[in-house]
Amino acid sequence: MLMKGNKIRGQLAALSIAAVVIIVGVPLWWRTTETYRAWLPVSQIKQLAKLQLQLSADVEVVFARGTVTPEQQKKVPLTQTQEEEHAVDGDTMLRYRFETRYRTATIMEEDALNKPTAAGADESLHTLSESPCGSLVFYVIPELSLLLPKDTDVYIGQRRTALLRVSSQVGVGRTLEQLLAQLEPRIKQVLQVMSFSHTDVSAVLSDRVRFNPDSKEGIADSMRAFKSSPGYEITFSLLNPDPTSHQLHWDIEGAVQTYIQPLLTKLSPVANFSIDSQTLYYSVLGVKPRFDSSCDAYTLNADSLAHVINPVEARLGSNAASSNPVLNFLLYVPDAHHSPLKIQDHRKQEVPSNAFHSPRWGGIMVYNVNGFYEPEAELPVDISINMAEVMGVFLAQLRLLLGVQSSPPPPGFLVAPRGSSGLADWELDRLMWSRCVENIATATTTITSLAQLLDQISNIVINDNIAEQVSSAVNSLQLAVAELEAGNLKYALQLSKEAILASEKAFFDPSLLHLLYFPDDQKFAIYIPLFLPMCVPILLSLIKMASEARQKRREKLAKKD
Amino acid sequence: MSALLKRSCSHNMLAAIIMLIFICFCVHFQNTAGQFFSSGHTNNWAVLVCTSRFWFNYRHVANTLSVYRSVKRLGIPDSHIVLMLADDMACNHRNPKPATVFSHRNMELNVYGDDVEVDYRGYEVTVENFLRVLTGRLPPSTPRSKRLLSDDRSNILIYLTGHGGNGFLKFQDSEEISNVELADAFEQMWQKRRYNELLFIIDTCQGASMYERFYSPNIMALASSQVGEDSLSHQPDLAIGVHLMDRYTFYLLEFLEDIHPASKSNMNDLFKVCPKSQCVSTPGHRTDLFLRDPGSVLITDFFGSVRKVEITMEAIHLTDPILHPMSEEVQEKTYSYVDQLPVSEIIHQKPKQKDWHPPDGFILGLWTLILLVFFKTYGIKHLKHIF
Repeated sequence: MLMKGNKIRGQLAALSIAAVVIIVGVPLWWRTTETYRAWLPVSQIKQLAKLQLQLSADVEVVFARGTVTPEQQKKVPLTQTQEEEHAVDGDTMLRYRFETRYRTATIMEEDALNKPTAAGADESLHTLSESPCGSLVFYVIPELSLLLPKDTDVYIGQRRTALLRVSSQVGVGRTLEQLLAQLEPRIKQVLQVMSFSHTDVSAVLSDRVRFNPDSKEGIADSMRAFKSSPGYEITFSLLNPDPTSHQLHWDIEGAVQTYIQPLLTKLSPVANFSIDSQTLYYSVLGVKPRFDSSCDAYTLNADSLAHVINPVEARLGSNAASSNPVLNFLLYVPDAHHSPLKIQDHRKQEVPSNAFHSPRWGGIMVYNVNGFYEPEAELPVDISINMAEVMGVFLAQLRLLLGVQSSPPPPGFLVAPRGSSGLADWELDRLMWSRCVENIATATTTITSLAQLLDQISNIVINDNIAEQVSSAVNSLQLAVAELEAGNLKYALQLSKEAILASEKAFFDPSLLHLLYFPDDQKFAIYIPLFLPMCVPILLSLIKMASEARQKRREKLAKKD
Repeated sequence: MSALLKRSCSHNMLAAIIMLIFICFCVHFQNTAGQFFSSGHTNNWAVLVCTSRFWFNYRHVANTLSVYRSVKRLGIPDSHIVLMLADDMACNHRNPKPATVFSHRNMELNVYGDDVEVDYRGYEVTVENFLRVLTGRLPPSTPRSKRLLSDDRSNILIYLTGHGGNGFLKFQDSEEISNVELADAFEQMWQKRRYNELLFIIDTCQGASMYERFYSPNIMALASSQVGEDSLSHQPDLAIGVHLMDRYTFYLLEFLEDIHPASKSNMNDLFKVCPKSQCVSTPGHRTDLFLRDPGSVLITDFFGSVRKVEITMEAIHLTDPILHPMSEEVQEKTYSYVDQLPVSEIIHQKPKQKDWHPPDGFILGLWTLILLVFFKTYGIKHLKHIF
């Protein structure tokens, strides 16, 4: 009897242990070994992966007196919309929309257009009304107008205006539609230059669309300009290899304040800039220049320029505390024994600016000072560097490196010289369009790849702050795309910058390290020594109970029979 | 008849000359635009890692420092090199020549020198830090020199050396990185476009297993030995007492000594470095993920830093004179150091008026003891003399 009681107690014990292990133990182990993963808006991210961007710009076409007949004038004002769609690849689609409004000129605009020069007209037109960011105004002037020189048909101003000359075939029966049809190719051409074009926009999508063999110039352009970044560090360095001969003075602070700062202030919606400067003594270029008797100067030919930068770069140092890209502008004054030093291009021609630049790095200018003093002068000579000349070159290089410069304009176009800031308003708009698209594309790629990564590796911990950054990035992206569609360029750029900051912060968060790679055999190796010794007795006792129960049932059946 | 022949001959010659001129022109044109499109990169980075510690692993540190020297000589600046050395051999107390690390027998070449910039040293070289450097997931306080700030136009050289096995590389004798983790790290770099092309060189035993699992595009990999083979060391130095270099890196360095920044050797030459007769192990390489043909990839695309250069054709004509902003208060702030010690206070110190405190515990205890002994000896009735 006691044996039976013991046996029953034993069976109950085994059963209860098994029950505890299965009902309490397994869920407890599961909960304690699972990783915390905050919720991410995965469905919205998947939607964003299919990038569909629409860029809209408002264009106003103003007819001056003498370009429209009174019958045509009755039909004006008129609005037209032109849309163009380009599918870049499977996931990316770009749509361009120009909303063109036609109207006649007001009296004040007529007065402005009567100014003697195109530049003067441009200036007075600007005082009348300032066009918002991203929009353009074209003034159509009659063929016989004296504003433009003989062979130019289009004048592109410093702000957001252009003057178009239309050939006026005086035909009374000509309708407005015919006039507009005649104007359309010209307007399209001007828009390609002044506003966004498919080549420019698709060039910045080089991240998403890797091998775009459209045009080699496009690839070179995309390699030259820095990628979009919230800030840049600019360093101006004066290299003096021969301080015993030349005592150089350069008013860098004043020059930066006068020449460079206006450009950077104008570019402030795009990025922040920080500037510093330094002087390096006894630093030589890595290449020995050769004396060319034909031009009586030492020359550096284009092939050896590539090897100039590296020895200098090691000595430049950097003041940058952030991870922003650094642009270096070097002013090299050759030593007295190797003056004058001229740079020759591939065709052995002298380069007027005597400067060269390296994509995504910066620029170097060689400044010859041998003309500033007599050969018999007492050394060291005090030399004051002409900063206007130097900064003119550096400004041009800076524009190129930031991605401002576009291809040369088509024939018959006259582009106004840049103003004091070195950047025309429409160039700024173009830069803002391309930066906005680049930011949106990059942020989208970052967010989608982050979501993919977190999905793939199931034991990365997703903290709340990462989920927050991702949600805010997704929100900003959606808003930026909407603002871009509506044509509010400034807001779209701001939102795209916020989106890219949040997405980069989320992607590069230090806590997202995927160190926990556990192959299956390692997982078994960890858990088997823990669970096997515990489970074996339980299983064996359960098996024993089951076999005893079966035997008892068999005996009962045998007894019955 | 001969006149006709002569004319056709001259015509042929004219055609040949025209063809030649045309070809020359094409070649010239290709040269100007060709620089950009041959490689597609604008800057170079190098990540050089030595993963083993202890004095007898001297050769791994020498390996890494020799590659560092070559890469610097060919033009990559220190700001673009992330050098990780797991142990300090130069200042190890077993080093008979302190502050030197030799890579050649008879102490011919000191690769340590005095302008070595080690970014991660000693115990900082861990699997976690290595993966953080590659993926960019560093804490915000990390300085610039410890980051890999590459972009989508960077060519990166990654060199690993140490002790390895089939599918893993040992870090610091206590942890290991597996080939799957490395492949995942490269994939994350690709997702964020942190490289244009990557050259991965590994000099460990069974090194080929480390590149088996790569699956991201634009990676070329070289290893010093196949799976199942050991990578052997080159030569011991009897004065220092350890092996100075590994064979594969030794012959790799001999090959790199002939490379200068303008050389045109390509990757096919690199694959031939250290054949089985010299290396005893069989070096391997993997190029299926690489998009360009290895024969068109220059050695200097990865080991050196040959920059693309464009001539600046225009300049902006500036006419405004330099403004000097009206400086209202130009106070020349004189800066001075704060005193390290409050010297003035110490010199002119008056004795401080101390507040009165009741007597300390020790004194109290001592007096109590004395009183007790007194009254024990002389009896309690003397207490009335006190109270």
